[in-house]
Amino acid sequence: MDVGTDLQSREGELPPTQPEAVVEEPELALHPGPREYIRVAVILAIATGFEVGLYYLKIPHTAFVALLLLFAFIKFSLVVLWFMHLRFDSVIFRRLFLIGIVLALTVYLIVLFIFGALKL
Amino acid sequence: MAQHATAVEAHRTSTGLSNAKIGVWAFLASECLLFGALISTFLLYRDRTLPGTPTPLKVYDIPYTSVSSFVLLMSSLTMVLALAAIQRGDHAKLRAWLMATALLGMTFIAGQVYEFTRFVQEGLTLKTNLFGSTFFVLTGFHGAHVTIGILMLLSLFGMSLDGRLGTDKAEVVELVGLYWHFVDIVWIVIFTVVYLIPTGGK
Repeated sequence: MDVGTDLQSREGELPPTQPEAVVEEPELALHPGPREYIRVAVILAIATGFEVGLYYLKIPHTAFVALLLLFAFIKFSLVVLWFMHLRFDSVIFRRLFLIGIVLALTVYLIVLFIFGALKL
Repeated sequence: MAQHATAVEAHRTSTGLSNAKIGVWAFLASECLLFGALISTFLLYRDRTLPGTPTPLKVYDIPYTSVSSFVLLMSSLTMVLALAAIQRGDHAKLRAWLMATALLGMTFIAGQVYEFTRFVQEGLTLKTNLFGSTFFVLTGFHGAHVTIGILMLLSLFGMSLDGRLGTDKAEVVELVGLYWHFVDIVWIVIFTVVYLIPTGGK
């Protein structure tokens, strides 16, 4: 008797199996499609164009720096949230990355203030 | 059957998330500290130039660097399109987008090599002044990261040609993509803080 037949013939004798414990599968992240990626890339390109345009405008340095940092922040966030999927993936990844960014910003801003590269 | 059970077991983790992906995110978080240190050092020393030696205002070519920044930014788009292609099981498009990303990365590196050569010809080397030292170390480290990314992209391309990059390996493409996008966001910061801010405005 081959194993398959043996198992079939003994099926009735076996006690009903316990249903497997429900293991929660990780939430399947829904990533955006190519069209949305292209839309984000267009915004990134426009933001870069504005940055370069600002460079040639004769505006006060403080406003210039503030606007450039704003554009850099927008571009950074778009890439991280859409292309790196932090907007769609588990919150654990977001926290891990934020730990690195916040730690780096805190430590190096303190260093820059201490050494006088930045002033309040 | 047994093989399938082993595969399922291998993918089940205590967090319900891929350990490899957690590892890459932790690595990228540590990279924030590395590049934070390099950018801060540049900001501290960029004005320390000796009389008669090149300054940022004198050597930077903003239109040129803007184009290479744009090239790197667009490589992030092609990278994410490669990921979308493998997730759909479209391997021909995966290879096309991977190659496009690698080529855009190579264009960026070629641009950086040209820029470095021009700076050296204008008298700015690693040893000229503290601006030169910190500039070359920061942008050189970034360039090395891009080069490693290109090697990973070409490896993925080769694996796909060999048929060793099936749809079940989409996560590998995603992990390389995370690294590539990180290199891109670092450049977003460098372009603003290192190139535009020191030389622009009234």
